[in-house]
Amino acid sequence: MILLTRKAEFSSAHYYWNDAWPAEQNARVFGKCANKNGHGHNYTLEVTVAGEVDPVSGFVVDLKELKDILEREVVSVYDHRHLNLEVPEFAGRVPTTENIAIAIWERLEDKIPHAKLHRVRVYEMPELFADYYGER
Amino acid sequence: MAVFASPTGTGPKAYLSRRYRLSASHRLHSDTFSEEKNWAVYGKCNNPHGHGHNYVVEVTLGGRVSPTTGMVCDLGELDRFAQTNLLARFDHMNLNTLPEFRDAVSTTENFTIEVYRIFERFAGAKVERVRVEETSNNSFEYAGGRTGEVERL
Repeated sequence: MILLTRKAEFSSAHYYWNDAWPAEQNARVFGKCANKNGHGHNYTLEVTVAGEVDPVSGFVVDLKELKDILEREVVSVYDHRHLNLEVPEFAGRVPTTENIAIAIWERLEDKIPHAKLHRVRVYEMPELFADYYGER
Repeated sequence: MAVFASPTGTGPKAYLSRRYRLSASHRLHSDTFSEEKNWAVYGKCNNPHGHGHNYVVEVTLGGRVSPTTGMVCDLGELDRFAQTNLLARFDHMNLNTLPEFRDAVSTTENFTIEVYRIFERFAGAKVERVRVEETSNNSFEYAGGRTGEVERL
């Protein structure tokens, strides 16, 4: 089995807020991330898929096809958008790096032909990233 | 803070990794070896005056994502822990002068294991792996002896 990783980038705005809490609790728990005017990051996404090498093509997956899937399922939805306000899965879910990795996994899980999704890694910045392996 | 870690919760399990930078000097030298043997084994790293690196410490923590915060652990709490227990102790120090390396050679293998042990004491989430870059060409990983974790992560 071979693991293959494709990168993509998107830039998005977000803020952290739990509607079930009063404002002061949001401020205390989330700090400056609770500013409701939002702030943003340049995210880097790394999607790793696992599969066998096709004896004819020598590919695990067609990278062009994988690139198009990431563009269609993730980048076109997240890039230059406000995650809380414009991306449906974050209407009731705080758009933390962990939850973004989980949401991207859910978007991609059944979409990759001939290979199995292995890991979704999301970098919020080079010093902070989250991994999700589909462990529910 | 109880709202963060959700160790027994039913949320998905995710892994959060944070990178810290620190600069330190060291000298690779084993008292059990002769002078010639130290030089043969460690080469220029055995220079008696020491040398230094800009280390990058990458700590990976695993846990159930809290449904209320969306987080594995409180990042502020993790950074404060790292400041007190990692950076304040090792940044701009000579590793060989520290009690951790009194009886152990200050290789990055031993440093990586020491960092793992430090983060085992972090109460906010479970340390799964520590990876230390000594230079951009050399890096070391330790997952508490669980090789499976290294392979998966």
